[in-house]
Amino acid sequence: MNAPIATPTRRGFLVVAAGAGLAFGFVGEASAAAGAPAPFEPTLWYEIDPAGIVTVHIIWAEMGQHVGTAVARILADELEADWSKVRIDHVDLDPKWGEMSTGGSASVFTSFPIMSRAGAAGRIALIEAGAGLLGVAPAACVARGGMVRAGDWAVSFGDIVAKARPGRTFSADDLAKLPIKPAAERRLIGTSVAALDIPAKTNGQARYGLDASAPGMVYARPKVPPTRYDSVVQSIDDTAARAVPGYLRCLTLEDPSGHAPGWVMVLGETFIAADRAADLVKVAWTSGSAAQVSEADLQARARQLIDEPAAGSRFVDDPGLEAAFAGAAKVVEATYTTSTALHFQMEPLNALAFEKDGVWEIHTGNQWQTLAAPWAAKALGVAPEKVVLRTYRIGGGFGRRLNGDYVVPAVLAAKAAGRPVKMVCTRPDDVRFDSPRSPTLQRLRMAFGQGGRVLAMDHAAAAGWPNLAMDPDDMPKDAKGVVYDPDAIMGANHWYSVGAHRVRAIGNDLANKTFRPGWLRSVGPGWTNWALESFMDEAAHAVGKDPVAFRLALLDGAGGNADGAKRQAAVLARLAKKVGWGAVLAPDVGLGIATSFGQLREMPTWTACAARVHVDRRTGVVKVEKLDLMVDAGTIVDPDGAAAQVEGGALWGLSLALFEGTRFANGQVADTNLDTYTPLRMRDAPEVDVEFVDSADAPMGMGEPGVTVVAPAVANAVFAATGARLRHIPIRPAEVLAALKTLA
Amino acid sequence: MTAFKLNGRDVQAKAPDDAPLLWVLRDEFALTGTKFGCGIALCGACTVHLDGQAVRSCVTPLASAAGRSVTTIEGLDPHGAHPLQAAWIELQVPQCGYCQSGQIMQAAHLLATTPRPGDADIDGAMNGNLCRCMAYGRIRKAIKLAAARLEGAA
Repeated sequence: MNAPIATPTRRGFLVVAAGAGLAFGFVGEASAAAGAPAPFEPTLWYEIDPAGIVTVHIIWAEMGQHVGTAVARILADELEADWSKVRIDHVDLDPKWGEMSTGGSASVFTSFPIMSRAGAAGRIALIEAGAGLLGVAPAACVARGGMVRAGDWAVSFGDIVAKARPGRTFSADDLAKLPIKPAAERRLIGTSVAALDIPAKTNGQARYGLDASAPGMVYARPKVPPTRYDSVVQSIDDTAARAVPGYLRCLTLEDPSGHAPGWVMVLGETFIAADRAADLVKVAWTSGSAAQVSEADLQARARQLIDEPAAGSRFVDDPGLEAAFAGAAKVVEATYTTSTALHFQMEPLNALAFEKDGVWEIHTGNQWQTLAAPWAAKALGVAPEKVVLRTYRIGGGFGRRLNGDYVVPAVLAAKAAGRPVKMVCTRPDDVRFDSPRSPTLQRLRMAFGQGGRVLAMDHAAAAGWPNLAMDPDDMPKDAKGVVYDPDAIMGANHWYSVGAHRVRAIGNDLANKTFRPGWLRSVGPGWTNWALESFMDEAAHAVGKDPVAFRLALLDGAGGNADGAKRQAAVLARLAKKVGWGAVLAPDVGLGIATSFGQLREMPTWTACAARVHVDRRTGVVKVEKLDLMVDAGTIVDPDGAAAQVEGGALWGLSLALFEGTRFANGQVADTNLDTYTPLRMRDAPEVDVEFVDSADAPMGMGEPGVTVVAPAVANAVFAATGARLRHIPIRPAEVLAALKTLA
Repeated sequence: MTAFKLNGRDVQAKAPDDAPLLWVLRDEFALTGTKFGCGIALCGACTVHLDGQAVRSCVTPLASAAGRSVTTIEGLDPHGAHPLQAAWIELQVPQCGYCQSGQIMQAAHLLATTPRPGDADIDGAMNGNLCRCMAYGRIRKAIKLAAARLEGAA
């Protein structure tokens, strides 16, 4: 998911989409000629049947964001469709769709121009054909609500498809030139809508990967090796397991793809049999040095790397930084850390695999099918086109299912067993095979001149790099040709004018060897912004300025920060006013503020958050009383769905700020289930107030920006309430007490 | 064989007595609306009713269902139109949806015992149901909406 916005472009998504224009025409003509009216397929992306039902093909994974509804809404608006006749169809992997990847909050952002033009193309074709049926000129017609109208005359889209067989073709160039209608003409976008996927999620009918089955299927539960990469099976003892009814056998997987090395699969007729047998199977592995690595080791290595001035790449590298620091009247420096964090998506990893007619089918929920399928093909030793992923709803993505490593053991087990195998991980299996958010360490410095003028800013960040393991060929380079992982630094390239700015992205090599760092909801900005916005607060206080005023002054839109910085400043100022920034609060209650541009400068979602917290000085417990968020994301396609994303994102951010985090011990994460891993629950969920700024600009991403602002807002609020500065998340009561003690 | 009533129907299960009810429901009766989450009764995704009580089916042995009545999300309402289900749709509660069968079953038990739940009642009853999409605010509102509707209908 490397640079999520850049990804589709770089991978040819837009080219493929534009190329879809070439597919325009009367597909299915043969069957129409035979008498059965065929659906009209104006583009690859949808079809309209003779009953007027518009079926939109959705290539993005449904994992709670109701993406199908949003994408269909965009298309239907330009098409002038009757929304009650719009359906969505989440498609399986097929080369015709191009890249299939759902991440980076980019689905609406990337689909908006494509789906708008696809809808416009269909509308033009339907108007032309409908005008023919009505016996008028196309210019005399308009399309509205699934009908083509000319004065008092009208014909439905369905009748046009049935009777006129529209066959207008558009070249890719034609399609690219189609205008998108002005915001004032929008009829569906921006109005409330019931998400099309929700009813099935209230009655048990929604089908997730866990619910997939196939005739003759057996279950497999893995024995996950003690280290991610360097464990080798020495022996397997299944003596005790043989007493379990339904236990079949153990398989030692040989994995040419390298995604599941050292795995043993325990097969059973039922999940219960596989599960119980797996508990009794004893596997002896040999492992390398990763088996001794601890969280402290990982962070010690990060610190060591940050101390080496030449380490890493220069993500931002303005001239004059050293001179500015050398001549500074004042320098402020602080270091921020985050614990290892788990995805802990509700649906444990699973995949059903079998071979059918020479093609390997994998039935599972996945966020990046075009990455996972080639891994499975490599593992199987077959051509990539011999693998297809069937699409299911995802019981929580959050980036875990961008990494499709879990399809590999399933296909290898199915191959070895010679029958359909469904791998189901128990929760501890899932967690031990997680690609967690790496622990991170960041050091920030700011140089001030006379009167608190900001002269320079230096930001170094060390973390494990997701793309190094999963998408190494697409990693960008800095000006000197040094490779970096954008997903482990983005967010640090902020819109503040700080004079000479340097950002170093440093890959933590020990982390990369010990585990597979993953993309976790809001990826880089989920932790770079934690440090950045905590530091902006500290820097403001260090020079005696108000933290909001300090930020607003730096969001001046100078130079390369033109336009955008002003929008960020507007969001921040509006939020500050809304929450009564500056008012006197009750004792031990504090208001903290933080802002961000979301995921990418190329897709800025201007976001600001205010957290109101109460700190119990006796217990160290931080209680968040309210979160207020102000968001400018351009056009809001689905206001209620967008609010749901921001609400969930903000609480996810709160969970990472206060409640969840683990640590590596002996090469493994120490917490593997909810007895010790403790995400936010109902009782600790505060009221979340989300407000969107009215805008007709292009729509930006929504799933992640809400995450990025909460941890710093909470830490800044704790400081406002008590004067204690917390520089590590999660912020646990013991750490609050320790920090309070240093003030006494 | 273990005989019990499942969504109003008499059934017999073949699985061993100590098999978790969750997997019996899913694999023997193809009732896949009840979900597997943590396996240790701490996430609530597997919540069903056993004689009207909300239980975690991942740790409920099949034998304990013998002669009793089990209700899953599929059997909560014949038309999927329980006031909670209607409220869940009206307030657009589910995101990924994976936990929602358990949330609704837990909330149904709450409303059956506490028809007018306050925030503390909701916290107490629902705190064991993890929603990883963190739709907690909407879950709370939907429970109150369904309670108000039920009260109005009573």
